[in-house]
Amino acid sequence: MAGYYHTEDLPHFSDMGKNAPELWNKFSEWYNAVFAEGALTEREKCLIALGVAHAVQCPYCIDAYTQASLEKGSNMDQMTEAVHVASAIRGGASLVHGVQMRNVAKKVSM
Amino acid sequence: MLEQRHPLASATEQLRILENGSSRLQRFSDALRSSKQYPLRATGVEVLQVNVGKLCNQTCRHCHVDAGPDRREVMTQETAELCIAALEKTAIPTLDITGGAPELAPVFRYLVEQARARGRHVIDRCNLTILLVPSQSDLAGFLAANRMEVIASLPYFLADRTDAQRGEGVFDKSIEAIRLLNSLGYGDPETGLKLNLVYNPVGAFLPPAQHAVEADFRRELDRRYGVRFNSLYTITNLPISRFLEFLLDSGNYEAYMEKLVEAYNPTAAEGVMCRTMVSVGWDGTLYDCDFNQMLELPVQPGNPRHIRDFTLEPLAAREIITGQHCYGCTAGAGSSCGGTTI
Repeated sequence: MAGYYHTEDLPHFSDMGKNAPELWNKFSEWYNAVFAEGALTEREKCLIALGVAHAVQCPYCIDAYTQASLEKGSNMDQMTEAVHVASAIRGGASLVHGVQMRNVAKKVSM
Repeated sequence: MLEQRHPLASATEQLRILENGSSRLQRFSDALRSSKQYPLRATGVEVLQVNVGKLCNQTCRHCHVDAGPDRREVMTQETAELCIAALEKTAIPTLDITGGAPELAPVFRYLVEQARARGRHVIDRCNLTILLVPSQSDLAGFLAANRMEVIASLPYFLADRTDAQRGEGVFDKSIEAIRLLNSLGYGDPETGLKLNLVYNPVGAFLPPAQHAVEADFRRELDRRYGVRFNSLYTITNLPISRFLEFLLDSGNYEAYMEKLVEAYNPTAAEGVMCRTMVSVGWDGTLYDCDFNQMLELPVQPGNPRHIRDFTLEPLAAREIITGQHCYGCTAGAGSSCGGTTI
């Protein structure tokens, strides 16, 4: 799958509106509203997005929100911590399912 | 770059790259036309910005002046007197002194004292570390005694990013210099001695919203180092000189230019600094701004083009020379020597 993702593809994201313009417009409007300053600052929202980008492993999002985080004034310490938060939740989410494993094992075991 | 005989030490080469770059990028003049702002014109002269020379105690990686300890260009006393004469025959309220490290120029204190004697507001564009150079031990006191506004570069509130741009150890010295200024009353709203800091991105990206990063700086500089300042100005790096070299060497040039062009903001263009200032070079040549000065683009022919010929009226309504580099001042919330333009 080498070369499956290309940086130059990201500007074509809006092509997704070509066959479903209403859905694209709704998505765009919602997306922009989500990232506008509100109870959280734009910088904080970018750090959340950066963490989520790593959790969902979206290369486009990692590119975009690394740059966006820098542009909003975040530093590498803060960005690294955001990735750790996402990774901890990902790792923790796997580990916590160990409870299910233990429940099943307990049920079927003597 | 000059010492290394780097091709980009030549303004002509920089302009060749900027003006003959990607054909996909809209010309700056066309961007102005599309927002009905072409030709861009001055609306007055509120600031006389004087660049007294390229000598500096630092060699910053982004410096648009290509300044450093090896530079020898410096303003003469005769040219400095012509700058004061220009102030004398006008009511221009502000003298803005820049460099290099302007304090190293022999004419620096003359300019300050003469402008202050005429009741003008005087700004020192200070790199902070100059305040700790042994030969400048009385500089901080001089700035305070003359009630100068200090506009000082501090690209970030952490050492690693600041030093990556401005040189190893610069951050710690900068904090020490801010402490010195604070001890004299700078940064205290009660004293009226203004210390304004300048944030500029340490890389190929745009600056954050000024109000947002100012709050971060105020909190972190107080919490970590116990120092204070009045305002924070965010400035976009213009794609010229050493920053242009960085963009080209790192493969970021095209993407950065596209970013600037996409972020073109007519409202920011309305407030660009060149519309209300005249920039004077170390040799007395007149320019629209410090960036045009470094690209060796003097004011339009037909205007006074040397400080000895300074006449306010034509310059106050002159047509401004623009180019692709001007996108740096019109991106997003805009960029100027006083921060955002909207």
